[in-house]
Amino acid sequence: MREVDVKLITEAVARLAIDTNYDLSRDVKSCIHDCRLKEIREAMDSDNSGLAADILGMIEDNIELAAEKNIPLCQDTGLACVFIDIGQDVHLTGGDLREAINEGVRRGYEEGYLRKSVVADPFTRINTQDNTPAHIVMDIVPGENIKITVAPKGFGSENMSSIKMFPPAAGIEGAKTFIVETVKNAGGNPCPPIVVGVGIGSTFDGVALLAKKALLLPLDERNEDPAYAEMEDELLERINELDIGPQGFGGKTTALAVKILTAPTHIAGMPVAVNINCHVQRHKSVTI
Amino acid sequence: MIKIDSPFTKEKLAGLKAGDKVNISGIIYTARDQAHKRLIEMLAKGGELPFDLTDAGIYYVGPSPAHPGCVIGSAGPTTSYRMDAYAPALLDHGLKVMIGKGPRSESVIEAMKRNGAVYFAAIGGAGALMSTSIVSSELIAFDDLGTEAVRKLIVKDMPLIVAIDSKGGNLYER
Repeated sequence: MREVDVKLITEAVARLAIDTNYDLSRDVKSCIHDCRLKEIREAMDSDNSGLAADILGMIEDNIELAAEKNIPLCQDTGLACVFIDIGQDVHLTGGDLREAINEGVRRGYEEGYLRKSVVADPFTRINTQDNTPAHIVMDIVPGENIKITVAPKGFGSENMSSIKMFPPAAGIEGAKTFIVETVKNAGGNPCPPIVVGVGIGSTFDGVALLAKKALLLPLDERNEDPAYAEMEDELLERINELDIGPQGFGGKTTALAVKILTAPTHIAGMPVAVNINCHVQRHKSVTI
Repeated sequence: MIKIDSPFTKEKLAGLKAGDKVNISGIIYTARDQAHKRLIEMLAKGGELPFDLTDAGIYYVGPSPAHPGCVIGSAGPTTSYRMDAYAPALLDHGLKVMIGKGPRSESVIEAMKRNGAVYFAAIGGAGALMSTSIVSSELIAFDDLGTEAVRKLIVKDMPLIVAIDSKGGNLYER
């Protein structure tokens, strides 16, 4: 049994919220860079205006400026999604865990000069002024570690996400068509290039969580299941053929990646969820 | 590179074509969802708006807080379609420039053509980059709305793309 004071969790959440809003992980940066090179080649080969390559260049400039001048990458510093995996041999002390996480969000968003984007009620829409409450997903896992991930979610892309409860007869083709159609309908709204998180299986609520968790996967690692790796490749290709392009102005770079997570489901169902994220693909983790 | 200064008269905007890269300078105002709702309510009551809409520009942005000594925080565009319900009335009252991201509705485009207005796209998700062209920021209305309050910005060479021009030419519909 290991004792952990929840103050450590508050500190970790605050730090992660700040860090991820100012700097992207290496896999995302290198993926954007590769796409830019591809668009430059495309512009030379096809004699197009080069707008797609220019926009990706501005996105790379933005990443550099944010780190150098200490400005958040995007003004929508997100609704703080906090994922916490708690080892079952951990005993938490010093207070309420949920409140400790929210205190971390409160502190991080204040100290990091991050935008407070949460309203207390969907209809009266009064800003809570401290970006709480966070969206918290807790899991109990073996061991005595605690893994915390903070993934601020912008709503330009969240609003373009979709879920559908398919009958099993829809099959893999039904799922693929729905995923591509969701991206097509989103068009230029979610700040393409986007990252497409896909959940398949589980329940109505479970599949949405799978899609959100798919957005936490590294962009440079292939799906361990060869069939799903192939499905991700095919979907990425079909999505990038839609000619939505960076910011919706055309081009081959509509998505940086498609990430799929699956789970067992009921004999009568085949839920599919698509959670869209923008190129500001923010998430950072720490294990304490 | 085309350069345009405020005020944004019909004449200055008439030659712009969808796809043109334009740097704008001068005064623009920030307003997004809640501010638009209030502006429209004020217009409906026949009241005076916090700023003159004649040949004005509105930037759809809710900036992050400014670090000490800085003019503004991160300040990229928010998604424009959420302002579509309100934009035609503002255009009919003199608004000439809208800055945001993503496609607009038919009724907005019709109102743009009617009034010789232009819709510019800023780079979504590039809030740090966009903020570097903002020279000053002054809160002028609805301060209770926090990030959604109306600010008067002075910008210098803000890098934009003509997304929909005053003739209805539309970069989202290629």
